[in-house]
Amino acid sequence: MKLKVATCSLAGCFGCHMSLLDIDEKLFDLLKVVEFDRSPITDIKHCGPCDIGIVEGGVCNAENVHVLKEFRKNCKVLVAMGACAITGGIPALRNNVDLWDCFQEVYHYGIGLENGQIPNDPELPLPFDKVHPINEVVRIDYFLPGCPPSADAIWKFLTDLAAGHEPKLDYEMLHYD
Amino acid sequence: MTKTCTFTLDGKTIPFEEGETIMEAASAAGVYIPHLCHHPEFKPHGSCKLCTVNIGGRLGAACTNRAADGMKVDSETEALNADRRALTQMLFVEGNHICPSCEKSGNCQLQAVAYHLEMLTPHFTHFYPARDIDASHPDVLIERNRCILCELCVRASRDVDGKNVFGIGGRGIKSRLIVNSASGRLADTNMSVTDRAAEVCPTGAILRKRHGFTVPIGKRLYDHHDIAEVPEAGLKEPRRD
Repeated sequence: MKLKVATCSLAGCFGCHMSLLDIDEKLFDLLKVVEFDRSPITDIKHCGPCDIGIVEGGVCNAENVHVLKEFRKNCKVLVAMGACAITGGIPALRNNVDLWDCFQEVYHYGIGLENGQIPNDPELPLPFDKVHPINEVVRIDYFLPGCPPSADAIWKFLTDLAAGHEPKLDYEMLHYD
Repeated sequence: MTKTCTFTLDGKTIPFEEGETIMEAASAAGVYIPHLCHHPEFKPHGSCKLCTVNIGGRLGAACTNRAADGMKVDSETEALNADRRALTQMLFVEGNHICPSCEKSGNCQLQAVAYHLEMLTPHFTHFYPARDIDASHPDVLIERNRCILCELCVRASRDVDGKNVFGIGGRGIKSRLIVNSASGRLADTNMSVTDRAAEVCPTGAILRKRHGFTVPIGKRLYDHHDIAEVPEAGLKEPRRD
């Protein structure tokens, strides 16, 4: 039976997902052993019970928490993929800037902006004052670092996991940048 | 001169001269013991504790403990490496070490030690402390978010440059790198970009300006070499990264 895999991107840049796609023709080999549930690849909006959940990005707003909890609830194994999920990453650079100042800069004073306004539609998720790595919100089983992790690292990690091994990255596959 | 005394390190016989530390003797014998605040050119500091080894049943820093004849030392044990990993994780969460945004990435010893210890996550809750940057000097940048308080710049400026530009101020978690000028700014000291203190930082806390990306990310020292293979390579003077 194929392994069910769900993926999502929270406060990330989708770079890790691009790197996942970068495993190129090996995706066909991967699809022989896994089937994707909720993922930007399938466009399924909510995940059902899964074997592996892969989360890119940290937690920067209330919606991120809902998605992350949905993943934790449904996935037997939850993986933090990439620097943002593991440390907060680039979005966490705003952690020492006041949130209001951030909004002012982005929507009012940014270069080329005229008559800017700060979006306040009730459908927009509530932003947090700080960005957090996902292991500060739910329990995480495995960490796959990199910004992004290379296609080779993702491939090695997923095939180890699918084969029931403890994932082990070679020296050059383990990097934080 | 032949070294006549020996001790064992993980079962391997290491020769040493009277007065040498465990770290010095191990390095001379080509055996790597993880470390951050130790640097062969400077007086031992013994603060990072990464080089903690088991010396005949007691734990001690390899950089400050002298070797003794017949001594039995263990370093590469699972327990010691787990402690080293935890210490490294604590260094990561205590500052703001965001590798993808750091120009030192790939040449950073903190990162290299973490790679060596196979640290996959900083694990502990991040502090995200508020720390400031001093960009006042025309050629040297201080990025306190990345400082691990190893005091190598303090030692280099005091003992080699003879300028005493740096110090550590505050206590405990409030400890921080300070600059010895009335304004507290680096621009108001006699620091020069050719000073040893400008080159010695193991992380990206003290950087020479306009050199950050001379070597692209992905082609740097620790991108391809475990720090254990090249323990001295990051320390050569002058380092041009």
